[in-house]
Amino acid sequence: MSMFGTANQSQSDFKKGLNQVYTWYTGGFVAFVIVLAILEQMGMPKAWIGYSFLAATVLLYAGIGVLSRTNDAAEYYVAGRRVPAMYNGMATGADWMSAASFIGMAGTLYLTGYGGLAFILGWTGGYCLVALFLAPYLRKFGQFTIPDFLGARFEGNLPRLIGLVAAVLCSFTYVVAQIYGVGLITARLTGLAFEVGIFAGLIGILVCSFLGGMRAVTWTQVAQYIILIIAYLLPVVWLSVKHTGVPIPQAVYGFTLEKVTAKEDMLLKDPKELEVRGIFKARSEDAAAKLKDVPAALAADTAAAQKKLDDLKAANGAVADINAAQAALNALPKDEAAAKAAYTAARTSNAARSNPPIRHAEPFPGKDQAAQDISRKNFMALVFCLMIGTAALPHILMRYYTVPSVREARESVAWSLFFIFLLYFTAPALAVLAKFEVYTVLVNTPFDKLPEWIARWSAVDKSLLSVVDVNKDGILQLAEIAIGGDIIVLATPEIGGLPYVVSGMVAAGGLAAALSTADGLLLTIANALSHDLYYKVLDPNASTARRVTISKMLLLVVALAAAYVAAQKPADILFLVSAAFSFAAASFFPALTLGIFWKRANKWGASLGMIAGLGVTMYYMVTTQPWLYKLTFGTAITPEILKANMWWDIAPISAGLFGVPLGFAVIIVVSLLTKNPPKEIQDLVEHVRYPSLDGKMGAAGAGH
Amino acid sequence: MELTARHQEYWSKNLRITGILLAIWFFVTFVLVFFARELTFNFFGWPFSFWLAGQGALVVYCLIIWYYANYMNRLDIEYGVAEGETL
Repeated sequence: MSMFGTANQSQSDFKKGLNQVYTWYTGGFVAFVIVLAILEQMGMPKAWIGYSFLAATVLLYAGIGVLSRTNDAAEYYVAGRRVPAMYNGMATGADWMSAASFIGMAGTLYLTGYGGLAFILGWTGGYCLVALFLAPYLRKFGQFTIPDFLGARFEGNLPRLIGLVAAVLCSFTYVVAQIYGVGLITARLTGLAFEVGIFAGLIGILVCSFLGGMRAVTWTQVAQYIILIIAYLLPVVWLSVKHTGVPIPQAVYGFTLEKVTAKEDMLLKDPKELEVRGIFKARSEDAAAKLKDVPAALAADTAAAQKKLDDLKAANGAVADINAAQAALNALPKDEAAAKAAYTAARTSNAARSNPPIRHAEPFPGKDQAAQDISRKNFMALVFCLMIGTAALPHILMRYYTVPSVREARESVAWSLFFIFLLYFTAPALAVLAKFEVYTVLVNTPFDKLPEWIARWSAVDKSLLSVVDVNKDGILQLAEIAIGGDIIVLATPEIGGLPYVVSGMVAAGGLAAALSTADGLLLTIANALSHDLYYKVLDPNASTARRVTISKMLLLVVALAAAYVAAQKPADILFLVSAAFSFAAASFFPALTLGIFWKRANKWGASLGMIAGLGVTMYYMVTTQPWLYKLTFGTAITPEILKANMWWDIAPISAGLFGVPLGFAVIIVVSLLTKNPPKEIQDLVEHVRYPSLDGKMGAAGAGH
Repeated sequence: MELTARHQEYWSKNLRITGILLAIWFFVTFVLVFFARELTFNFFGWPFSFWLAGQGALVVYCLIIWYYANYMNRLDIEYGVAEGETL
């Protein structure tokens, strides 16, 4: 297919062609949005705008998939190794930025202030490690997957298989979260059921990667990057113009932050706010008291609800009141276990809402010096794990196999970070602007004058947004708003009073982010299984056509399995995503970097090091993370057990902090205790260290 | 193929620049952030530590990677280890 390169086209002609295609494409997308905006003004219903965005973008991605379909192994696995540095940078950006970055990040920053910046730092700083330690060398090695490198460098199938297990483990947990996000956005955009949304999104993912493998995924990811970055930046710029008159939010939100900080000081001691927080505190204490004697409390609650209903009936109360009292009675827990769970939940949620609002700009908050130190320690541990994890996630590292040369691999990391940077340094601005809007426009508004979007989003999902007049004064206090992080990005256009077409575009951007990451991950899993397990271990004589076919079948199976798991709505999905970073960090980073920088590292060192790193990371998570603990031991974790199991007060999300150093230590010690790697392995290390030992195109670098 | 002295020199220069850039990365990420509570002077409206973690460090990361790519691509040519022209 000429649009995405033919066999004998020169690289510069290819680049020129790509520039043309994507310039037209960007123009086309902008024109499409403008046409929809005009149609909206002429009275096109909102639901249709949602359908148009969904149908147009998914069809577009499918179209690129069809145009770049291939059965050639090099094209299928590594896009023919001819993706120019800048385009690989865009594709990496889309591959990297998932639903969590696009939708979740600004929300996390809104809710946690400075604490959320750990994600910004970790998910960008990791690219320094990719650039300095991995990308150029992996490109010179020039095979197909990350376990490939482990297998070649550490002599054999044992390290390859350990790498395979680790790659599947972290990619699969990650892809489940992406498919979950796809389902959520599709459901929002169209009103379809969540499960239907998942499978609709799945078709969008599969058409692309199934037909054209890495080649199709690359060119789709470039298209998806363009949509997601426009969709992210436009509403923030708009909001910034509205508040500051300057269209560069990243440069001026410092002044908005000053205003937010000043407002925080007022809200912290505002008597009405204190009153509402006091009510929540009383409710929490009430629930705690009930927990001391659950049967008695349940009996008392039931009797009180019954009495209220009887009184109303006896007094001939209004029908609506009687129905409400009946519903309240029905809603009471049915047995003791349910009552205990309900009271526990009431205690924690009310206690959380009785807390004063956090100070957005304060680093490492805590009630005393010790708490602040723990907070700082965990912030830095999280940054460390996210950075090392970034530099070890197979679906990202694999992208650097697709560029034409070592030189372009280095440049490509720079482009990748630049394209990611555009979104990440905007997210903190978005969070502050949204907070400013909530603190100054919403708070102190009478309940009957609230903007319309509040009602619309509360109707979608109570966990995203709920406002209740707790102290019955008819005025909205900040403490009366319960807000979920995911709403910040999705509702920004409405908060800023933008036309609905922008909301549709933002949802399409979120979909692009989730689909592109899911594509990359599925391909990583399927390629690892077909190439490293089937071809390298089970059937080394398989023909290329057969390998590609097997890979496609596996892709289907893995995608369906991931969709099945996502449809179960597993608890704590956000934790699973972050866990993937710790897993990747502890298993791959030590083995990959030592494999390149230390000739002495050998098979046994690497194998045991990967197992030890991954093992201790898993162990720490299982013994300290409530959901995993319950899953493994069958009983709930108590504060006492937690305290006994924690090392150095580190949160389970940062378990990689222990796994990474242990991985390094085991590789070094075991390698020194066992034999030197043979001469040809040491030659391989020399080979990857120099782009070309004699100034000519390296043979292994050329491909397959 | 045996490595010449030129090859060794290329590799040690690579290790040196990698070490220097890594030190900058470490300083910005872990040393400055460690003292975030102390570094809260006003920086164009932002408390400095907030601006650093939200934007400043990101700019430094981008510069580190750009610089490394340019430096190494020049070093390849200087030491005659650059790849031949691709297609």
